Amino acid sequence: MSLPVLALLQAADPQLPPLHFWPWLIFSLIKLLVVFTLYMVAAALLTLAERKISAWIQDRHGPNRVGPGGLMQPLADGLKNFVKEETFPKFSNKALFLIAPMLAFMPALITWAVIPFGSPLPTRWGRVDLVLADIPVGFLYILAISSLGVYGIVLAGWSSNNKYALLGGLRSSAQMISYEIAMGMATIPVVMLAGNVTLGAIVMTQAHQGWNIVTLTLAFFIFMVAAFAETNRVPFDLPEAEAELVAGYHSEYSAMKFSFFFIAEYANMVTASALMTTLFLGGWDIPFTLWDNLPPFSVLKTLLTLVAFLGKLSFFLFLYMWIRWTLPRFRYDQLMSLGWKVMLPMALAYIVIIAAAILGLDALGVPRDWRFALSMFALNIVVVFIVFGWLDRGRIVSPASSRISAGELARLRTMAHRSTLTPRETGD
Amino acid sequence: MAIGVKVLERPIEQTSYVRATLQGMALTLKHLFDTHKVTVQYPEQKWPLSPRWRGTHRMLTTEDGKAKCVACGLCPTVCPANCIKLVPGEDEQGNRYPLIFEIDEFRCIFCGYCQEVCPEEAIHVGRHYENSEYSREGFVYDLERLMAQTHPVCEMWDPSDPKGQ
Repeated sequence: MSLPVLALLQAADPQLPPLHFWPWLIFSLIKLLVVFTLYMVAAALLTLAERKISAWIQDRHGPNRVGPGGLMQPLADGLKNFVKEETFPKFSNKALFLIAPMLAFMPALITWAVIPFGSPLPTRWGRVDLVLADIPVGFLYILAISSLGVYGIVLAGWSSNNKYALLGGLRSSAQMISYEIAMGMATIPVVMLAGNVTLGAIVMTQAHQGWNIVTLTLAFFIFMVAAFAETNRVPFDLPEAEAELVAGYHSEYSAMKFSFFFIAEYANMVTASALMTTLFLGGWDIPFTLWDNLPPFSVLKTLLTLVAFLGKLSFFLFLYMWIRWTLPRFRYDQLMSLGWKVMLPMALAYIVIIAAAILGLDALGVPRDWRFALSMFALNIVVVFIVFGWLDRGRIVSPASSRISAGELARLRTMAHRSTLTPRETGD
Repeated sequence: MAIGVKVLERPIEQTSYVRATLQGMALTLKHLFDTHKVTVQYPEQKWPLSPRWRGTHRMLTTEDGKAKCVACGLCPTVCPANCIKLVPGEDEQGNRYPLIFEIDEFRCIFCGYCQEVCPEEAIHVGRHYENSEYSREGFVYDLERLMAQTHPVCEMWDPSDPKGQ
């Protein structure tokens, strides 16, 4: 008679993953429900946060009539959108028109599945990892899914049968394709450092050898800019540039369908912030300590790491809004040249530099801990100084007027000067 | 180049977008934590009206509660918007009084000529602007309604005292 050793171990040590199917399924369902609910509530509250922050930046109060301090405003907005009239443009493609808002919304939601948001939670039935699906190809999954987000916007623009919506959709697809590449390239150093594409492993690597924002500063910068472009936020909100495209790809949408685009935007923001947190700010890692990363795990550790994760997430969400209410929008050609001529070459060169640095440091026998992080940090200071000190002299973004020769400039200026001061002659 | 286009000289070598961005973000952050807000919380707080504000009309009354109006017909004559309807009447003593005196607040452009021209200082434009009705007809104010208004009236500009002291 053989003893059920594994089952006994399981019962004795709650630090191992649950063995049985049913506890695993139930915990997964609970995680799904909680995460989905919190995610939707967060997206709703973000609309309020955006309005509040914009108001404060502009020395106003923001919405403060519904509920205490305006807290119930998202609820009122949602109710309003539910009871509004659903309009269908006469010549729109009905099926695509209906499906587009859902397509815009879903990728943001399912990307969240692979993001680890806390240290494992020990229970009576075994260890529960605080990630919805810790699939081994986590990072590749994110790259694959995040590029699906453009379909919702393009289809919305196409099916509306509206020139402004179509232009918005076209811009969006061009923009997303340009920045997708830079984004992917910016994450290759992360994967090289971690030696793994599982997000859990990337978080653990950062816990041991320093956050990637320190070791890979430039990659973080490129990723952040690309993430702003991917989520269509200012200064990259060309797809819905109000001044020129009415409302861009969602010009023809009303009521709940419009609301879905709005939720999708905020959901995308949350997901992009979570990605930046996980890839560059150590995920749920609490800085300067390994206490939270090593077993034995406890409920306290889980709660603290959750707080750490949410704190970093909120920082990025705030950054999104802060930048939105500070910067003006890029011009379209600036956007394209920034993506293709600056971000992509910079990311490629950075991969080479980082690969060389990793090879060199490993050959020198530098252990992968704080010494490794410090040497990488020193390298990054040099690189960042070169990029921001030298490249940023009007070379990253071309100025608002195209570069013209000094002679041409003088000619234009005299012409402008003459025409404002003197009345026009006939036949001029 | 028929219109005057301002061509900016941008020295490319000295332009730093990162620095400009950071400066802008510092400015917005400063405003974010600035507790001074410019909003006037309208229904609770109201902006003080100028003493020369010309708003809803008001008909002043004598001590015995009758309208001061003597139906001279100057105000409908001077009114550029043609919004005053006046039908004069006369009692046994030969005193003229308005049989009908109506002002269409929608047609009125609130120029204040009626107040200026009135010899009896009867009709006034007032320091009041919050009017709402469910119908357009509700904005035709008759004599009773004009007399029932209680808001302060406009203090017309006095050429000898241009600053209102």
